[in-house]
Amino acid sequence: MIELVTDALSWLFILAGSAALVVAAFGLVRLPDFYTRLHAGGVTDTFGAELLIIGLAIQSGLTLTTVKLFIIGLFLFFTGPTATHATANAAWVAGLKPRLAERHDEPPEQPPPIGRPGGDRP
Amino acid sequence: MFLVAATALLIAMVLALIRLFIGPSLYDRVLAVNVFGTKTVLLIGVVGFLTGRPDWLDISLLYALINFISTLAVLKFFRYRRLGDAAGDRPTPEERP
Repeated sequence: MIELVTDALSWLFILAGSAALVVAAFGLVRLPDFYTRLHAGGVTDTFGAELLIIGLAIQSGLTLTTVKLFIIGLFLFFTGPTATHATANAAWVAGLKPRLAERHDEPPEQPPPIGRPGGDRP
Repeated sequence: MFLVAATALLIAMVLALIRLFIGPSLYDRVLAVNVFGTKTVLLIGVVGFLTGRPDWLDISLLYALINFISTLAVLKFFRYRRLGDAAGDRPTPEERP
C-alpha cells in the first residue's frame, strides 16, 4: 500500500517535471526576444529540475542517494536563478535592449483596421 | 517512468542545442549552454536510476558545480576581457591593446 502511494507520487512529480522541462525548451526556441527566452530558460527550467529531483528522491527512499539528490537540488535551486540573473545583468550592461522598451520611443502605431461589417474572417 | 523522464530530457536538450546554434546574440548562447548543462545534470541522475546504479549522482553534482562556474566565467570574460583580476580592476589605458 505504501509502495503504491510512493510510486504514484514519484510518477506525478517526474511527469510534471518532464513536462515543465519540455515546455521550457520549446519556449527557449520559440519566444521572440532574449529577455523572454531568459524567462523560459531560467524560471521554468529550475522549476522542472526541482520537480524531477523530488520525484527521484521519493523513488529512492531514505538512503544516501536521497541525501545526494537533496544536495544537488539545493545547489540547482540557488545557482539556477543566480546564473540567470548574471546573464541578464551582463546582457543589460552590454546594451542589449528588450523589444518592448524600443517600442515606447516610436510614434504610436496606426490603429488596427476594423473588420468588415459582414464579420467575415480574412 | 525513468525512460519517460530521459526521453523528455533528450528532447529538451536537442531544443536547447537548436537555440545554441541559431542564437543571434552571445547571451542567447550562454543561456542555452546553461540550460543544456542543467539538463545534463538531470540526465546523468536519471540514467543512473534507469540502470539501477544511482552512484552516478556524484558525477552529476560535480557537473552542476562546473556548469555554474563556467557560466559565470564566460560572462566575466566577455565583460572584462580578462579572467585573472578582481571585478573592479579595469585595465589602465596603456595596457589596452
